[in-house]
Amino acid sequence: MAKFELRTPPYALDALEPHMSKQTLEFHWGKHHRAYIDNLNKQIDGTDLERKNLEELVKLSYNNGNPQACFNNAGQAWNHDFFWSSIYPGGGGQPDGEVLELIERDFGSFEEFAKEFKAAGVSQFGSGWVWLILKDAKLSVLKTSNALNPLIWGYIPLTVVDVWEHAYYLDFQNHRPDYLNTFLDKLISWEAVAGRLARAKAFVNLGEPTIPEK
Amino acid sequence: MAATATCTSSLFYGPRLLPLSGSRSSPKRRAAWRPQQVVLPMAKFELRTPPYALDALEPHMSKQTLEFHWGKHHRAYIDNLNKQIDGTDLERKNLEELVKFSYNNGNPQACFNNAGQAWNHDFFWSSIYPGGGGKPDGEVLELIERDFGSFEEFTKEFKAAGVSQFGSGWVWLILKDAKLSILKTSNALNPLIWGYIPLTVVDVWEHAYYLDFQNRRPDYLNTFLDKLISWEAVAGRLARAKAFVNLGEPTIPEK
Repeated sequence: MAKFELRTPPYALDALEPHMSKQTLEFHWGKHHRAYIDNLNKQIDGTDLERKNLEELVKLSYNNGNPQACFNNAGQAWNHDFFWSSIYPGGGGQPDGEVLELIERDFGSFEEFAKEFKAAGVSQFGSGWVWLILKDAKLSVLKTSNALNPLIWGYIPLTVVDVWEHAYYLDFQNHRPDYLNTFLDKLISWEAVAGRLARAKAFVNLGEPTIPEK
Repeated sequence: MAATATCTSSLFYGPRLLPLSGSRSSPKRRAAWRPQQVVLPMAKFELRTPPYALDALEPHMSKQTLEFHWGKHHRAYIDNLNKQIDGTDLERKNLEELVKFSYNNGNPQACFNNAGQAWNHDFFWSSIYPGGGGKPDGEVLELIERDFGSFEEFTKEFKAAGVSQFGSGWVWLILKDAKLSILKTSNALNPLIWGYIPLTVVDVWEHAYYLDFQNRRPDYLNTFLDKLISWEAVAGRLARAKAFVNLGEPTIPEK
């Protein structure tokens, strides 16, 4: 029986200062994320859904667009886990290696990617998330509303920024563009992206498969 | 109440066949044209100030919140709306018309989000007042008791709607089919688009309460009902609504 637990981020709550304050982590992780987990556990308590892992639960409860009662909490629980692992102290800047190659291949340049990512962030109206995903073996930017995430459409998420107002209001108030700049310049973990890309390659051919010479 | 539109006139010159003078036609008179001045009203929406100072709702809603919520968020909706409608026919609409028109029966046009939010925020600032909160009286209370059972039932339902509105949105008390009811809407949606009459609203976008309450939306909703809501505004809107809606059996006067 799965009772989901609130996993701690892979860094101390003050480790992202001054780019994301300890106060923000205390509320965002300690209250919001915790509430999604607690409420999800209450919703699935004593039902078959307890046997699913979180990713399965998200996809199952999305129910092809007719979401079940626990979808919002499940989606948000998953999204926040993914978000905390998508940022890191000393993060930001440009990727290198294969991640940079693919970004240049699929966006034209890193600057184009950053521009498109930020444009998606400012234009996501209301609450939501902006993702870098692998879709049809190509990188692209996806924005989703509320609790939705790329898993429900079968895409592979590589990174995400939370644009619910609770994610940035204490530090940036209405300045969502500044928050997005800070995310890209100071927070995003390109190592995490590289790791997710590597795992994705177990499932997706990113180019012509190469048959090894013997 | 819509944001005020300022009218600027423009001159329209075009070929028109108008007689130069007089009403009697004469075979010798040839039609001539003169320029026709037509004034086309152009609406640039303005950010109206709330009917109280920005610190007047302290400590229940901080001056800092008003400075951001009204001074930045609401202002941006107005500014961006003006940019979107600049030079288009939409400039001729008042804000309520624009909201309903741009909603486009569920296929919203580009300016709907800004129009809806501009209208919603105007309505919100007028729905709260220093010294507000508590219970209504008179006809408002009668109708609440008639349609919810009791004032306590109303507050319970209103708060439940507020905490369960997932993501950004609003919670309204509306007049629908001649009865009071509670409606929660997402993002920029409001009751006008479905033809309901809004009587009051609370903004549950996080920007509305995050500086003062952080994640504690239930506390914010309690404060709204206990300390902020203007029942006078509700009574005024109800009175105006009665020009359009029969709330009970129409009474035919004796005589």
